[in-house]
Amino acid sequence: MSSTFLGMPATPPRSPFGTGNLRGERKFPKAAHDELRNEQLRRNLRKATHSIRAKRLAVTSELPDWERLRDAGSAIKADTMNRLPELLEQLERKVTEHGGTVHWARDGVEANEIVTRLVKETGSDEVIKVKSMATQETGLNEHLESQGVTAYETDLAELIVQLAHDKPSHILVPAIHRNRDEIRDIFRSAIPGVDPRLDSVPAHLAAAARAYLREKFMSVPVAVSGANFGIAETGTLSVVESEGNGRMCLTMPKTLITVMGIEKVLPRYQDLEVFLQLLPRSSTGERMNPYTSMWTGVVPGDGPQEFHLVLLDNGRTAALADRIGRQALHCIRCSACLNVCPVYERAGGHAYGSTYPGPIGAVLTPQLAGMDAAKNDPNSSLPYASSLCGACFDACPVKIDIPSLLVELRHQHTEQAGTTAEKLAMKAAATVMTRPGLFTAAQKAAGTGGRVLAGRDRKISRLPAPFDGWTDTRDLPAPPRRTFRSWLASAEGEAALRSAAEEGARLGDGAVRHDAPHESHEEGNR
Amino acid sequence: MRIGLFATCLGDTLFPDAVKATAVLIARLGHEVVFPPAQTCCGQMHVNTGYQREPVPLVRNFAEQFGDPSIDAVVMPSGSCAGSVRHQHPIVAERYGDAALRDGVETVRAKTYELSELLVDVLGVTDVGAYFPHRVTYHPTCHSLRMLRVGEKPLRLLRAVDSIDLVELPEADACCGFGGTFAVKNADTSGAMLQDKAENILSTGADVCTAGDSSCLMHIGGGLSRIKSGTRTLHLAQILASTRTSPFVFPKTETAAR
Amino acid sequence: MTATARETVLGRIRDALALSGPVPDAAGPAVPRAYRTGRTLPDHERLELLVDRLVDYRATVRTCTAARTCEEIAEALRERGARRVGVPAGLDEAWLAGYDGEVRRDFADLPAPRLAELDGVVTASAVTCAETGTIFLDGSPDQGRRALSLVPDLHVCVVDLSSVVVGVPEAVARLVPERPTTLISGPSATSDIELERVEGVHGPRTLVVVIRTDA
Repeated sequence: MSSTFLGMPATPPRSPFGTGNLRGERKFPKAAHDELRNEQLRRNLRKATHSIRAKRLAVTSELPDWERLRDAGSAIKADTMNRLPELLEQLERKVTEHGGTVHWARDGVEANEIVTRLVKETGSDEVIKVKSMATQETGLNEHLESQGVTAYETDLAELIVQLAHDKPSHILVPAIHRNRDEIRDIFRSAIPGVDPRLDSVPAHLAAAARAYLREKFMSVPVAVSGANFGIAETGTLSVVESEGNGRMCLTMPKTLITVMGIEKVLPRYQDLEVFLQLLPRSSTGERMNPYTSMWTGVVPGDGPQEFHLVLLDNGRTAALADRIGRQALHCIRCSACLNVCPVYERAGGHAYGSTYPGPIGAVLTPQLAGMDAAKNDPNSSLPYASSLCGACFDACPVKIDIPSLLVELRHQHTEQAGTTAEKLAMKAAATVMTRPGLFTAAQKAAGTGGRVLAGRDRKISRLPAPFDGWTDTRDLPAPPRRTFRSWLASAEGEAALRSAAEEGARLGDGAVRHDAPHESHEEGNR
Repeated sequence: MRIGLFATCLGDTLFPDAVKATAVLIARLGHEVVFPPAQTCCGQMHVNTGYQREPVPLVRNFAEQFGDPSIDAVVMPSGSCAGSVRHQHPIVAERYGDAALRDGVETVRAKTYELSELLVDVLGVTDVGAYFPHRVTYHPTCHSLRMLRVGEKPLRLLRAVDSIDLVELPEADACCGFGGTFAVKNADTSGAMLQDKAENILSTGADVCTAGDSSCLMHIGGGLSRIKSGTRTLHLAQILASTRTSPFVFPKTETAAR
Repeated sequence: MTATARETVLGRIRDALALSGPVPDAAGPAVPRAYRTGRTLPDHERLELLVDRLVDYRATVRTCTAARTCEEIAEALRERGARRVGVPAGLDEAWLAGYDGEVRRDFADLPAPRLAELDGVVTASAVTCAETGTIFLDGSPDQGRRALSLVPDLHVCVVDLSSVVVGVPEAVARLVPERPTTLISGPSATSDIELERVEGVHGPRTLVVVIRTDA
């Protein structure tokens, strides 16, 4: 029962510890350390991210109103979050009116149980699946397997991942870490009855997947999908895809079960006009993805005659409770931020340990699942897995300020962490730097120490822990003998400024060219 | 104009030549350089590492040092420090400060500029009368590019330099991998980013890689030095301060030590 | 009394909103819709834009007048060697008058897997967006149930130029939300292997669009 009845709002719980796929086994730096050594992975990721970046830029720059679409997308999402209870109730009412059944799941465990029960009620021990982040997050496939139900992933990349007993490493292209030869080997060993001479031509690999899955599409009576959007106003659900596996799963079986995060609701049908422009151009870099399906409840004589919608919380309300962090719930899972991220490009998706990798994962995962659920929680390292370069913010179609969210989560982490050596050092540094006398003394000490470390070539090539990571690949210059402030106070500094002023005056306006000044900060939050 | 110069803690201590060049350049352009002596650090490292209570005194000190209404504008040779003053100081003041601090921060942030912004937007100059007869490539640091949106301003300043051979840096807008404590906490990933940046810089055949932030240059320069590339890093201010009468002279080693 | 999951989740949301307070940058109910809507273009420009996009997706495009509909459809089917085609129950019979193969009219009781016996399918369309090359099917009698235009490997789709609009907002405005709606932009495709585009996975591997310029 909600505590609102008592008048005091309670902080909603995170996704239960130890469930689903929202926490890796190792902290990011450790995981990335190993992934970085995989040359094949580095090459695959570099090629993939660079080609998709170019495509995205081409199709976003051809729309003169791209920024206005982003503004609208951002505002619609903010409006949605502010009105979430009424919108979900409206969605539920509309879906029900059109013959669907709505279920609510407090967490991933409950969602898995609901789906399993619904599958069993159909009498089937098999399900076909459309790529779905929500069910990946809850670990539905593993749960179904434990209950004797076989789930077939039908998206090509998800199929590759499933057949290799691997984990997805990208939101949109889960097998981005695999190249064609690896995929050929996976198919040869894992697809029953596949031609043993199958080569690594992508078209041939896709054809092999088509042949394997077609039989499943024609025979399995129940499908599980996610949803890109759920329209409160009409009860319409939508899946955006490319291969036609989505259409197959949404159309052919007798029963359809859709698992949707509560934040995926949109207020109005009209809002699709914004998101159907933002999503494909941001994600695959296409003007439009090949197929989008939209359905409202059950349609007699067309498609599944039984439809269930499972609305999933699993930590989303915990994120919503944070004034700054809740922006992460605006995400439409386009993966543009992954594709432009220099950290993702090097470390790959597995290093994040969660269903949601990359910059958005680094801010979403800790909020859904927490970052201090256990000692040395791997999720506590995620907000630090960024150089704060800001490329993700520029690429985000709904303008999620990911760098600010990362900084905020770092702050939350240091607040939760209590007294640490780092915190004491930061406090000490601030104390020193607040007192100019102490600061000058510290500068002197650092200068002397640095010059001793550097030796005759005036560079430091080996630092003690915890700074040794720096000198693994970089030198550090020795501090110069004189700081700026001491130079400025010296006769030399004074003379330098005087002679510069004199030189400027002597050359007059001939030396510099003046344009019309305009005194304002031109930056905008893009 | 009376222009307040914020040296930044890194510039003051480790890269004074970049700050000297900034001061000399402003003086040459006919403006008065004001150096509030009790200035220290903007607190960017604290905030970026997750600490917002600890830097409150630093934020307050900055606002006090530069709040003087006789200072028309505040400049710093660092895009990330300018970004911190403009974007992070209000956050810290809002959360852990009092009304006076919030006011002080607001006053100072509105007149705070990174070097190329001050030159182009406030002083209305693109040709500063500089002379630099070397091959140069420019790395637009992330905070200048995406937080402050300085855009083409540094390049416009560089293009106007006499005798410069300015070459485009491939994949220029990619982060060099510094990111403050990121380079230490995620040293491997940071190093991988640096490796690609260094390869792109070397592919230009430039004598000098320049940027508007000593911290990124420290990172890039540290990588270039380690692989003994021969390409140097130099702050944008040092190129702009170099003239025919007093041209920049390369020191014997990579460090700025004299 | 134990709270249902529904009550719990809705309660948590209300708590969360109470804790995080009104978001300062939230635009409220007035969403800024300054992007382009209600655009129009002359017939020949819409046609040119649409054809450019369809060809870009590697769909096959045929343009004709309404009077030549049956010849164009017959030729498209013959070219692809389709001997047995399905049509929705409400498709104009005259459209298949020039075709000499077997025509099967769809009916809802036919199990969907049986549709795999068809070489192709011919349908009409509801609305088309030129800027993105997207055809919208909405399950009207001349478009049929969704499985019909999905299972066969060849889809011949008739688009009337009068139903072609410029952009996505103009297309969405013409849709009926309650109808099952499928957006089709070229043949099915995947980029899952090294991001190299491969046309033809599970949906029809060939899409032929017959645009009737005077209809």
